[in-house]
Amino acid sequence: MIGTLVRRLWLIPVVLVGWELLARSVANPFLPPPTLIASWMGERWFSGPLLLTDEAVDNFVPSIVRVIGSWAAAVLVGVTLGVAIGRIGRLADYVDPLVEFGRAVPPPAMLPVFLVLFAMGTQVQVATIVFGIIWPILLNSIDGARNVDRMQMETATVFGVPAHLRLFRIILPAASPKIFAGLRLSVSLALILMVISELKGSTDGIGYLLSVASNNADMPGIWAGVVVLGVLGFVLNSLFLMIERRMLGWHRGARRTA
Amino acid sequence: MLEIEDLTHVYGPGTPNEHHAIDGLKLSVAAGELLCIVGPSGCGKSTLLRSIAGLIKPTGGEIRVGGELVRQTPDNLAVVFQDYSRSLFPWMSVADNVALPLRRRGMDKQRRREAAQEALESVGLAEAGRKYPFQLSGGMQQRVAIARALAYRPSLMLMDEPFGSVDAQTREDLEDLVLKVRGHHQMTIVLITHDIDESVYVGDRVVVLSKAPAHVVGDLRVDLPAPRDQITTREHPDFVRLRGEVGRLVRGVDAPAPTA
Repeated sequence: MIGTLVRRLWLIPVVLVGWELLARSVANPFLPPPTLIASWMGERWFSGPLLLTDEAVDNFVPSIVRVIGSWAAAVLVGVTLGVAIGRIGRLADYVDPLVEFGRAVPPPAMLPVFLVLFAMGTQVQVATIVFGIIWPILLNSIDGARNVDRMQMETATVFGVPAHLRLFRIILPAASPKIFAGLRLSVSLALILMVISELKGSTDGIGYLLSVASNNADMPGIWAGVVVLGVLGFVLNSLFLMIERRMLGWHRGARRTA
Repeated sequence: MLEIEDLTHVYGPGTPNEHHAIDGLKLSVAAGELLCIVGPSGCGKSTLLRSIAGLIKPTGGEIRVGGELVRQTPDNLAVVFQDYSRSLFPWMSVADNVALPLRRRGMDKQRRREAAQEALESVGLAEAGRKYPFQLSGGMQQRVAIARALAYRPSLMLMDEPFGSVDAQTREDLEDLVLKVRGHHQMTIVLITHDIDESVYVGDRVVVLSKAPAHVVGDLRVDLPAPRDQITTREHPDFVRLRGEVGRLVRGVDAPAPTA
């Protein structure tokens, strides 16, 4: 356990030490050493009465709520619509080109639209994130629901499995490997869109802190934002993988033996 | 139990790919009978089974199960498919696979669990309930599919080449399993196979279908002594005679008859 951790993580301190040495030797304000970034972070964000300062709470919390809330909304809408479209006859054939087009639009391109459409604030972030990440979810859900093995559906028919169980015990699990492939993409995409939409259209959030630091040429501040975002992305992705592993255990098992 | 009258099925009628799978097939199966249907590959055996199960609507003729005209799957009918790996749900434990259809029987959770366990015990898989299908061998997976059908307590069980995907030893075990369980459950079994020996070994009666479009070309009663045994039954003179007759009918050619 500790052995594998050491094997997997040893490069991180090496890089940090290398960076530190390099930054100190060139002494360029645009390349602050990690110790400086860390002390900046400690002072500004992690010296509050309960660890976090007001600035950290007021900006981290909205970002996290936005990214998780928007992701959940996109998953709910995307999977529901996708499964419905996938199961209704040839509907998917008609809807597919539309979805493909929606997916082909680079998500940040919609940010100016939403900035005009809505007042600056959380609604802009939610709209940008949901609109950006719903496509891979929708597309994979359609694909997964449409391609449920015919024999599995026939088995359900023969044994008179009622409609709601057919949806929750057969169609959704059968489509879940595809659905999860879409969700995996959407997790990282949601974080990217959160940052982009906060850089431009927000008065709080981690992206907003980044843009303020950038305007003030506050190099440690910019790097601190980058670090927080990196950690947030890592945590979200790990959480997702944990859920995926639980839900798709049967799938990996079945594929290994197939 | 099962009455089939002038059954006809054409795939893609009026198209260039029109295919006559079944043509004027007549068949009657008595309650409690174990009927084997044999025929050359691609002769429409599976189409017949899917019609009986209400999975496809035949283009002509009538099928009655227990006197009722089949429009959708009759609720007293269960099917064991050849491809167990696709008909068992890989995301459910073995016990859940067996118990899922029992919701239709109005059983509560406790009853469903007991019935599933009982069915698993009757196919020799008492310990496998918590496992997933992929953790079992092919033969064991097919046993689970049989347990699922048994737990459902059908009056008619259809088996579509149920032992086509397992090795010879397992095949014999499963044949004997079917003979054993039919003694404990009051049900009619229709077993489709392309294996001539198997049809004679398992069946009370063997019906031979022609090449597509399928119709009945032979209907033989099998009066072999019970209980059947993989060694002695297959040595029995009647077995040897019957398998020859069935084989000749399946080939559909005038293979030389034995000189008496």
